[in-house]
Amino acid sequence: MKMVKLTINGLPVEVPEGVNILNAARQVQVKIPSLCYHPDLPPWAACGICVVKVKGLNKLVRACAAPVAEGQEIITHDSELFAIRRTIIELILSTHPDDCLQCPRNQNCELQRLAAEFGIREAPYGKRLRDLPEDDTTGSLVLNPEKCILCGRCAAVCQDMQGVWALEFIGRGENTRIAPAADVTLNESPCIKCGQCSAHCPVGAIYEHSHAREVYAALQNPTKHCVVQIAPAVRVALGEDFGYPPGTLLTGKIYAALRRLGFDAVFDTNFGADLTIMEEGSEFVERFAHGKGELPLITSCCPSWTDYMEKFAPDFIHNFSTAKSPHAMVGALTKTYYAEKMGLDPKDIFMVSIMPCTAKKFEIQRSAEMSSSGQQDIDISLTTRELCRMIKSAGIDFRNLPEDERVDSLLGEYSGAGTIFGVTGGVMEAALRTAHWALTKERLPSMELKEIRGLDGVKEATLQVAGKEVRVAVAHCMGNIETVLDRVRAARAAGKETPYHFIEVMACRGGCVGGGGQPYGATDKIRRQRAAGIYRDDEKSAQRCSHENPMIQKLYADYLGAPLSKKSHQLLHTHYQQRKVYKR
Amino acid sequence: MAIKTYLLVCGGAECKNAHGTELYQSLQKEIANQGVQAETQVVRTGCFGLCAQGPIVKVLPDGTLYANVKPGDAREIVVEHIAKGQPVQRLLYNPAKSQETIRLAEPTGYHKQFRIVLRNCGVIDPEKIEDYIARDGYAALAKVLTEMTPDRVVEELRKSGLRGRGGAGFPTWLKWKFTKDAASEEKYVVCNADEGDPGAYMDRSTVEGDPHSILEAMTIAGWTVGAQRGVVYIRAEYPLAIAHLETALKQSREYGLLGKNILGTGFDFDIEIRLGAGAFVCGEETALLASAMGERGMPIPRPPFPAVSGLWQKPTVINNVETYANIPVIMLRGGDWFAKVGTPKSPGTKVFALTGKINNSGLIEVPMGTTLREIIYDIGGGIRGGKKFKAVQTGGPSGGVITAADLNTPIDYEHLQALGSIMGSGGMIVMDEDDCMVDVARFYQEFCVDESCGKCAPCRIGTRTLLNLLEQITVGKGTMEDLAKIKEVGTAMQKAALCGLGQTAPNPVLSTMTYFADEYEAHIRDHRCPAGKCKALVTYTIDPEKCIGCTLCARRCPVNTIRGERQKPHVIIQDNCIKCGECLHACKFGAVSRK
Repeated sequence: MKMVKLTINGLPVEVPEGVNILNAARQVQVKIPSLCYHPDLPPWAACGICVVKVKGLNKLVRACAAPVAEGQEIITHDSELFAIRRTIIELILSTHPDDCLQCPRNQNCELQRLAAEFGIREAPYGKRLRDLPEDDTTGSLVLNPEKCILCGRCAAVCQDMQGVWALEFIGRGENTRIAPAADVTLNESPCIKCGQCSAHCPVGAIYEHSHAREVYAALQNPTKHCVVQIAPAVRVALGEDFGYPPGTLLTGKIYAALRRLGFDAVFDTNFGADLTIMEEGSEFVERFAHGKGELPLITSCCPSWTDYMEKFAPDFIHNFSTAKSPHAMVGALTKTYYAEKMGLDPKDIFMVSIMPCTAKKFEIQRSAEMSSSGQQDIDISLTTRELCRMIKSAGIDFRNLPEDERVDSLLGEYSGAGTIFGVTGGVMEAALRTAHWALTKERLPSMELKEIRGLDGVKEATLQVAGKEVRVAVAHCMGNIETVLDRVRAARAAGKETPYHFIEVMACRGGCVGGGGQPYGATDKIRRQRAAGIYRDDEKSAQRCSHENPMIQKLYADYLGAPLSKKSHQLLHTHYQQRKVYKR
Repeated sequence: MAIKTYLLVCGGAECKNAHGTELYQSLQKEIANQGVQAETQVVRTGCFGLCAQGPIVKVLPDGTLYANVKPGDAREIVVEHIAKGQPVQRLLYNPAKSQETIRLAEPTGYHKQFRIVLRNCGVIDPEKIEDYIARDGYAALAKVLTEMTPDRVVEELRKSGLRGRGGAGFPTWLKWKFTKDAASEEKYVVCNADEGDPGAYMDRSTVEGDPHSILEAMTIAGWTVGAQRGVVYIRAEYPLAIAHLETALKQSREYGLLGKNILGTGFDFDIEIRLGAGAFVCGEETALLASAMGERGMPIPRPPFPAVSGLWQKPTVINNVETYANIPVIMLRGGDWFAKVGTPKSPGTKVFALTGKINNSGLIEVPMGTTLREIIYDIGGGIRGGKKFKAVQTGGPSGGVITAADLNTPIDYEHLQALGSIMGSGGMIVMDEDDCMVDVARFYQEFCVDESCGKCAPCRIGTRTLLNLLEQITVGKGTMEDLAKIKEVGTAMQKAALCGLGQTAPNPVLSTMTYFADEYEAHIRDHRCPAGKCKALVTYTIDPEKCIGCTLCARRCPVNTIRGERQKPHVIIQDNCIKCGECLHACKFGAVSRK
């Protein structure tokens, strides 16, 4: 790698060629302010706050978009740059509402932080707000164009990272705004509700549709038996809002917090993940070993991915696992299996799932099969961010909660395979651990499939199972999916054997640890830290394979019979159909 | 029988709009009626540049120039001039509107002009490739393809000193060299014909009047840099230019001057047209390229420059129309010849669209280094109506004003910049004593608010903030503090806006604040508009001493707000007055005054 030497504010810096000035400056502990730049995205260079001086150039240079060059002498901070940046911030504030106290991003807003750091005390350019309606048609996300500062991150995420193109710039000049193309509503647009727009928005212009009030109401209602479950990725990210480093595993504290919030039973989606593996793994064995159904089998536990597939890749409907996602399985069993055990009327059970995800809010109502218990199986799905706020508003001293609080075991015990569902490659890894056993009655030689871990967009591996080759692919971050699908399509068109037998897809970068409902500020570094926390959870688990989970064995013995049984199909499976990309 | 006489009819858009097409048809008809069709030919040419007095008809070989010709005049011209050899005195071109009737081979001021870019405009039929070829058209391409190497082409360009005529003045040879040296199998040549300054139409007229010169230059560029395809990005509001381009493309393909194996040399090159929807920002090269690829026309930061990553992320030469129009001449006559025209740092000529309060508005081409005084007085014929010159705006909404004190400034890139304006693409708007400089700044700011693409915060919000502050001043509600705010916002925009549009958008206001500080202060401190242009600050009153009660003003008043009996002094009821100024113009006794 070629290195480039330069000076920043007189300090010598040596960085690899191609690094931008903004990141080079961090090496010498210089923070160049910026509002539109995000490390996940190519520089869009809209806000103009990161301008710096390069000796010998007349014009200022945007630090986010300019790669360093040999011998450059850069000034990042002086009184002139301060004045320019302050003026730009004042200009942006002149078009931004002042309702910070009611804003979902209060105290977590990049614009608010900059205004504070620059000591903005006046509004010299008055206030010109645009009276634009909110769009909360998806039920997952709220788009508030009035607060939008047009940094372009959401559109870049939606188009470049996710390949969905639901969000676009509309209009021109001061009338520019972010909206779905052709100005349809978000719900009529191709939006897959992944919420990555909300995770990247620097302000409160696009955020999760909060359902915390409904949960509070249920918790207050004496006739409701409130049950909750937490997803794998929640336990390694929630702590960030309470001052823990990313990746800190806080399962016990979260269980404790949920009990103190008033939930009558605390379950774990990881149990559902183990169950999903039992069903999906069995599907794989059926298709792979017995030729019953199309290959490749494709995972379906990510609701954004299933939404994407139904709209953009309906030619893969028959490749999809019909197994419901883990939280949906826990939801269905809570209102059947658990209700029967407890002698409860399912009508009186209020089921809440805590997810790293905004699309789960959509998934719980996506089809009639989501009410397999006779009631809507999951009443409310909350994001990690919403739970953080609930814990804070309930006056729970999270940091000092006991660490060893236990889950309610009936639908709560989990194996290491269940917990790695929260990270890209994890579902595949968990499925292969069980599929290998199902096909050979032996454990995998190594539990850890390193080839399919990590943040590469598309990962591939080939395993020898019972003398046969199993070819798998793992893709995350929706924009990477088409490459994999195109390889399958090409083989289909040529009448060749499928390049893959099993494909795992997660819509968000890094998998659920990088989900659209997770605490703000995710970068690849943080995604890796969260993933590491998940893998630690796996390593310390007594059982590393789903089929070894005693409570799963008990469930099949007591209630379901066997994987893919009639009862399993009734409660734990769903189906897919082609949907229009644009509803209007 | 050979053709003895040619009637050149201007086919430029202005003349066409003034019944030029009917005139052309009438002349054809009259020639047939008079039986002289065998020896007379009517030719529709490109723009003569005498737009204020179109339609223009030029008779060759004697060179008589007729102006303001109506379709009904066709018979007289054919009968008197063609048949009898007697020029029609009443239709002769007369730029200064003096009483003297002159028969002109060339209109006034033409001797100050020097035509390289417009060499064929008003001379040839732009829809006939034969006309272009007869005037050395495609000779440069043949020379380049058969006698020169790409390095020689770049070297001639370097010697010529040609700089980009789109406004920034970047050396053209460097652009070509960078693209030539970029390693890629696939490269592109793009012509920026997205002229967008209010009042500017140099590029449109060039494409309308001489489309082959652009195609020839682009083909030379393609061969030099190693490109196979060219794109002309032109705004859809230029239908005539587009039609002429399409005709030219078809003809040059038929002649083997475009397409496969050009002139038998094995060089393949073709050009397509991309239409722009008329966004000012699409004149900025990265926004233009985005738009040409079907994306939203928004600029992206440079580097990478288009020479490295342009159209479809491939190395791309992008020049504007006027720059290209110079290329064939440079290749034929040599870089050294070209470098002798104009000034050492800015060789060659510049085309300007001269508009505003000037007698001879139209299109002119002058050597660089010509002074503003020569342009405005010798070529432009001075200020309309004998009024006093106040300022000239160059560079349109990106430029600034130049005052009488600087009229002797020779025009080139450096001098204009030193005065706080820019060359821009060549719009030149002349203003007189009736123009309020605050209002002029407001007008340009309004344009920039509409044309900002909305991407970068300094431009999107800055243009609107400046406009609001200026509007406050024009209605007398401004404060001296507002001037400080304008400077602060303007400076932030100049320094931190992403593209040229935003960086130059504050130029008109900052420049007028520098040169006409007194006018700003009059608006703010005295609530007075010295030019009487800002309606909110103007009061019309009738001097009872001078008013004789003729009632004319009261009858002209569109809102009936002037009261008074016959032969008694009249009074304007101020509450209803809309400040239209009709009374002032109506009064023959100087009784109405504007304050």
